[in-house]
Amino acid sequence: MSQTYTPVEQTSTGKKLAGPVGWLDDRLGLAGAGKKNLRKVFPEHWSFMLGEVALWSFVVLLITGVFLTLWFDPSMAETTYTGSYRPLNGVEMSVAYASSLDISFDIRGGLLLRQMHHWAAHLFIAAMMVHMLRVFFTGAYRKPRELNWLIGLGLLMLGILAGFSGYSLPDDLLSGTGLRIADGMIKSIPLIGTHVSFFLFGGEFPGDQIIGRLYMVHILLIPALLLGLIAAHMLLLVYHKHTQWPGPGRTNENVVGYPALPVYIAKAGGFFFIVFGVIAVMAATFTVNGVWIYGPYNPAEVTAGSQPDWYMGFAEGALRIFPPLEWSWFGSTWAMSVFIPGLGFLGLLFVALGAWPFIERAITRDQREHHLLERPRNAPTRTGLGVAGMTWFGLLWIGGGNDVIALKFGLDLNAITWFLRVGIFVGPVVAFLITRRICISLQRKDNEVLTHGYETGVIDRSPDGGYSERHAAMPLAKQYALTAAKERPKQIEAPELVDENGVDAPRSRRERLRHRLRRFYYYGAAVVDKPTAEDMAHAEEHLRGSNEHPVELGEDFQGVSETGVPRVH
Amino acid sequence: MRTLSTRRRHPLAGLLVLAVGLLITGGLYAAVAPKAATAEETASTSDIEAGRQLFLVGCASCHGVNAQGVVTEAADGSAGNYGPPLIGVGAAAVDFQVGTGRMPMAQTAPQAPRKADEYTEEETAQLAAYIASLAPGPQIPEERYLDWESVDEEGLAEGGEFFRTNCTACHNSVGAGGALPNGRYAPSLDGVEAKHIYEAMQTGPQQMPVFSDDVITPEEKLKVIAYIKTISEQPNYGGVSGGSLGPVVDGVWAWLVALGSLVGFAIWIGWHGTRTKKR
Repeated sequence: MSQTYTPVEQTSTGKKLAGPVGWLDDRLGLAGAGKKNLRKVFPEHWSFMLGEVALWSFVVLLITGVFLTLWFDPSMAETTYTGSYRPLNGVEMSVAYASSLDISFDIRGGLLLRQMHHWAAHLFIAAMMVHMLRVFFTGAYRKPRELNWLIGLGLLMLGILAGFSGYSLPDDLLSGTGLRIADGMIKSIPLIGTHVSFFLFGGEFPGDQIIGRLYMVHILLIPALLLGLIAAHMLLLVYHKHTQWPGPGRTNENVVGYPALPVYIAKAGGFFFIVFGVIAVMAATFTVNGVWIYGPYNPAEVTAGSQPDWYMGFAEGALRIFPPLEWSWFGSTWAMSVFIPGLGFLGLLFVALGAWPFIERAITRDQREHHLLERPRNAPTRTGLGVAGMTWFGLLWIGGGNDVIALKFGLDLNAITWFLRVGIFVGPVVAFLITRRICISLQRKDNEVLTHGYETGVIDRSPDGGYSERHAAMPLAKQYALTAAKERPKQIEAPELVDENGVDAPRSRRERLRHRLRRFYYYGAAVVDKPTAEDMAHAEEHLRGSNEHPVELGEDFQGVSETGVPRVH
Repeated sequence: MRTLSTRRRHPLAGLLVLAVGLLITGGLYAAVAPKAATAEETASTSDIEAGRQLFLVGCASCHGVNAQGVVTEAADGSAGNYGPPLIGVGAAAVDFQVGTGRMPMAQTAPQAPRKADEYTEEETAQLAAYIASLAPGPQIPEERYLDWESVDEEGLAEGGEFFRTNCTACHNSVGAGGALPNGRYAPSLDGVEAKHIYEAMQTGPQQMPVFSDDVITPEEKLKVIAYIKTISEQPNYGGVSGGSLGPVVDGVWAWLVALGSLVGFAIWIGWHGTRTKKR
């Protein structure tokens, strides 16, 4: 079929737009930049769209947030509520809470927009987290992307801060309780905590300043920082080019995919509307933080089921399960049972995440650039550590909702606490060992299919009565995808402990530590090397007979299931 | 008739007439005389007796045949409580515990759960009458303290203040319930009768503190009940509330519904995008 190609400037639309576009190009020089970037190629995979979910929910946050600022009044002045919500009519409350109730009950579309804002915030942070997990488990943070990993971590931290400051604004009983916990965490900082708290709150908690200050942080400071970091994140993404999965034609030096215009402009643009739609449907059908049920904040009151939003749940869980530990030294209180879980665990998480790319590089001494993603199973130690971290986070998460879990599942609150106290030490170790084992087994499975092919379900009987199953070779493209980016394990030589003169080598201690870490990283359990060229040649010879299969297998053949039905992916 | 006439001069005849006369007079008096205005005025002797019979069958094994309680002694010498004494707990406590099915307990547990009633309303009233007859105690509330729909808006707001100050710490801000240490819990208030909420405040069952009439007056109790009933009967303004259990539920929805569906969409878009080959 032959198609005639008409240059765009000769089409009728092109003729009409030529003038304005030329005018703009003369002044902005867009053609040069556009020519390069509009044809920018991005690879295709669903997991590359997780960060996009975060980006689009941030856009929804900006849009809905602007609407909310029109009506929200961040004042802690006292007022008497006289709006439509009957059970609170005539109750003394802050202007901030009264305006939150007005947004929910008396402003057209207010509740929908408020719920969209809150759901979008939940989604923003959740999407950032799964995006980060994707980047971690595929090794996409490796050189040259370490700085972008750090920027991403900064985005996550700012996202959490944005969420927390927003959660505190309505000044209802729940948000006030959350602020009180934050105040407690700040006050637990040894020596300076009380001063910092008084500075932030403008006096004794709760004072009459904090809502106004948090409002500024929430709508100005953090969004500005977020926007700047998001821009940097995306610019680095364009500059580094997107990582891709190994496959035929895909190397460390190229990117195989589709151009931004028209494919990804359409896909990403469409995805924005899907994200927007999902958030809108959520807001229309699910309650999120119904502030009216809590009543105004009063430091003398608290409600059962008070929790932070889920992204602070692990810090809350750490606070809940930590045993009492408090000292009184030099006339000041050292509330370690608040400081260690509250700020220590939070710090530990972010420091560990931020340091990991550099720790890994120090262990592997890998100076190469990596643009091909690594399958999680091919880096068993990293994957194991990641799952161990997720287990730790998940157990602390359970701790944050221990009362709801105890209530709904009829469990003993104290038993959950003790389970978690032990679990946060044992759980990650068990998870690490199991995950690393599974990774190694999966590698072995890959090798087996590579060298022995797929089962075809065709049984041969030999003249002397023996039975055997025919195997079919894995398609070459898949063989390549599985093996191309898989690294051979590093040869590890014991460090030289003495120099050529027989004198103790300087830095030998550090070398020994590095050696031990390398052994742990590469040889921790079993090593599964990918098949060598000889192995593959042998396998090819062995599998040659499968071509005489009575049924055409097709290039997508991936073996048969236990019932003999071909697997299709 | 011969018998009567021949025996009328019997030595015991006068005595017999006197006895019959006394019986008739006493019976008439008992039937028509005004009763003494005591606390047990609603409970008739037969109610009390019927209640005692029910008690002996259903309750005495733990609470003792005279409702004096059963004290146990552990191996280490510490005294325990198999069933607490019920003398002086009043009709309100019985009406609450039996009327909500918490008593009789099915098995020992950190806390007696709410379950289907074992006794009919009449039997519950008889048990309450029996326990109330042992010693004075809190009475079953009068109707006028249970008519929560009569509470005006001001009273509702006041009831809300009482509720947030005294109740939400355990029962949650909409009365959805909350966990307490060692397997105990504050139960949900959803669908609990006004009478039982009142009695619970008054008698402090299980882990609950007593809010006596000196602390929260009957009128204030009515306002608290009005607030609880209003918020549990109002619609979920924001949509599906997930039991109003707070941010834990929001987090579950955010991950499972919002993020889950968007990952599904991402896979769909990745699957059905521009491809080098069509399946």
